[in-house]
Amino acid sequence: MLVAPNRPLDDLVIRGARVLDPVEGVDERLDVRVDGGVITQLGAAADANGHRVLDGDGLVLAPAFVDPHVHLRTPGREDEEDLVSGTRAAAAGGYCAILAMPNTDPVVDSAAVLGSLVERARREAEIPVGFLAAITKGQSGEELTEMGELAEAGAAGFTDDGKPVREPGLLRRALQYSAVARPPVALHCEEPTLSRGGQMHEGVTSAELGFGGYPSVAESLMVVRDLALAEYEGRPLHLLHLSARESVEALRQARTAGVAATGEVTPHHLTETDEAVRSLDPNLKMNPPLRAEGDRLALIEALRDGTIAAVATDHAPHARHEKEVPFESAPFGVTGLETAFSVLHTRLVEPGVLPLETLLERMSAGPAGVYGLERPRVAVGAEANLVLLDLSATWRVEETGFRSRSVNSWLLGATLRGRPVATVAAGRLVFAA
Amino acid sequence: MADVHPLIRDELLPPERPPRRHLISIADLSREEVERLLGLARAFARSLDRDVKKLPTLRGRTVVNLFYESSTRTSSSFELAAKRLSADVMSIKAAGSAVDKGESLKDTALTIGCYDPDVVVIRHPEIGAPHLVARHTGAHVVNAGDGKHQHPTQALLDLYTIDEELGGVENLHVAIVGDVLHSRVARSLIQGLRLMGASVTLVGPPPLIPRGIEAMGCEVSHEIDAVREADVVYVLRMQKERMQAGANYVPSLREYTARWGVTPERIRPGQRVMHPGPMNRGVEIDGEVADAANALIERQVRSGLAVRMAVLYDLLTHGPVAVAAPETLEVA
Repeated sequence: MLVAPNRPLDDLVIRGARVLDPVEGVDERLDVRVDGGVITQLGAAADANGHRVLDGDGLVLAPAFVDPHVHLRTPGREDEEDLVSGTRAAAAGGYCAILAMPNTDPVVDSAAVLGSLVERARREAEIPVGFLAAITKGQSGEELTEMGELAEAGAAGFTDDGKPVREPGLLRRALQYSAVARPPVALHCEEPTLSRGGQMHEGVTSAELGFGGYPSVAESLMVVRDLALAEYEGRPLHLLHLSARESVEALRQARTAGVAATGEVTPHHLTETDEAVRSLDPNLKMNPPLRAEGDRLALIEALRDGTIAAVATDHAPHARHEKEVPFESAPFGVTGLETAFSVLHTRLVEPGVLPLETLLERMSAGPAGVYGLERPRVAVGAEANLVLLDLSATWRVEETGFRSRSVNSWLLGATLRGRPVATVAAGRLVFAA
Repeated sequence: MADVHPLIRDELLPPERPPRRHLISIADLSREEVERLLGLARAFARSLDRDVKKLPTLRGRTVVNLFYESSTRTSSSFELAAKRLSADVMSIKAAGSAVDKGESLKDTALTIGCYDPDVVVIRHPEIGAPHLVARHTGAHVVNAGDGKHQHPTQALLDLYTIDEELGGVENLHVAIVGDVLHSRVARSLIQGLRLMGASVTLVGPPPLIPRGIEAMGCEVSHEIDAVREADVVYVLRMQKERMQAGANYVPSLREYTARWGVTPERIRPGQRVMHPGPMNRGVEIDGEVADAANALIERQVRSGLAVRMAVLYDLLTHGPVAVAAPETLEVA
């Protein structure tokens, strides 16, 4: 469930863009007219009627993106991100909706905390936000939250993201109870006794650099366990930020067997490997860690064939001083809202590894489907959730360009091709370059 | 610059600074560079045999030793190396400094940078600390040990010791025994030995040999008998803090010693034995082995001084041109 900001809706005409909605089966040069935030016309030479006109010549107009995994750091660490900066960053990244993780301070584990976030989002957010609530109180893995009341108060789903649910017995109860709350249960898969002390993927590079290893099996073991429970209970399950080949294989098998399991993957896991950590740049430190090339290729294949339904940024802002330390004492996490489409377009679409249509689907309809949200679409009668993309724009990722409050991007200094130039979210023009 | 009177220009403007060079990882060095450093160390070793041991070479230069971990050998030898070369030395230990008050490494680096040191020698418990200091000061940075990552001057002094005692490194076989997982010494030494054409076998309990380490070009054995083949047995320190209850890398120190301790029976007569210190006698190395005539352990410490003089000298005299210099050091 999304919380839409309380703001006036726009009248717009977007002229002459290549309208590309792979799910609707649209791919042609059209004018799109939006009246009061709703798409009213798709066709040639739409009448402007005094509406604001966006020139789409040479650009692609697609359903706007949905990010199923964002850390808005609110409440508690508003110095790193808040609802305004986070949703502005998302708008600039082409997103019309984002889902915020509950590992804040305090944790979103009661209707009171959730209610205050919903209130603030109505007033402050630039784009619709969904708030996930915790599975366990304080995310301590001991006691279930009041999932029913949280669902009524607007929780978009449930997760203890940042931490695994260690006890299988407790996870089983959460899966059972999610039937009377709001599915899915979204899981961070990490066996802590295997990842303990781990700074990066365990492999050739960690052996040489001397870092404590965080092996693939720390993730895949939990994936297998969690899928087994989901299958037994017949309840939907979503696997957060998958990183390992073995995890993907387990998910594929479970889906083939009819388990209602979905998965997501981040742009960094799709485009970088543990080799990158040789630079010792703390902005390459995240959980789960960058893995080996074989893992990366398996993730791309799973995204292509639909085993993984969604691209998720796992946008995790951190204060500058927290990352300006040796790699080992830096916190896990990198930002990603403002670079996700660009880096995937540059490194996967342009080299021909992933079709543009597939990327657009996995960044929009895919993640919307995971959380049962209405799919952004370019169709008459639909709420306008649109992103205008300049696929040939070349730009350099620099600290000064971010709308996010934090600059811990793993792409600083990179040159990328393709970027969103305008975003319409829930009927409002929220970003125009 | 154009405004400066041509006659006083040389007085006012220092010569252009050479590009900064650091010694952070053996992986950054070529074989030629290692050979150059070992050659320099030989020349400095000769200077240390004289009655008056001080050379004026680095007079007016400033070396800061920044130690965030306890150290006897490394800190004392860097300090003495700098003093033997007539540099001004400042040694800062984390205990008793602003670090105790929670100052970040970045701020400490910026503070030290204000004194314009020529070289910062840093030891730190975390991987990547020397890189951070290099980013935030204008000094040449020497890594004196960063976490489990690298300890390049230790590897250089080990190579120097082997070279001196066995007449070369190429084609030798070195067995490195013990806790490779937690050892920066092992990582630097493997790279150094491979660079110089030696072969390396790692010997130790499976949980203490990191997965994937073979990619560095070494063999792995879990049997102590494997050391008998080697020309040199290099014993790593068994770090007691790694053996706390619950860590379970090995069931107990007793079992470690029983299976992997280097005892007189497990080495060949005359086989050379090395250890980076500090030793745990009776744990990873038997006292009799440590004190035997063919042990090179004190020799290693002695080499450390010459090698660290060579490193400081080389960094501050920027590169290959320095190769010819050692012979004229006495008059420098």
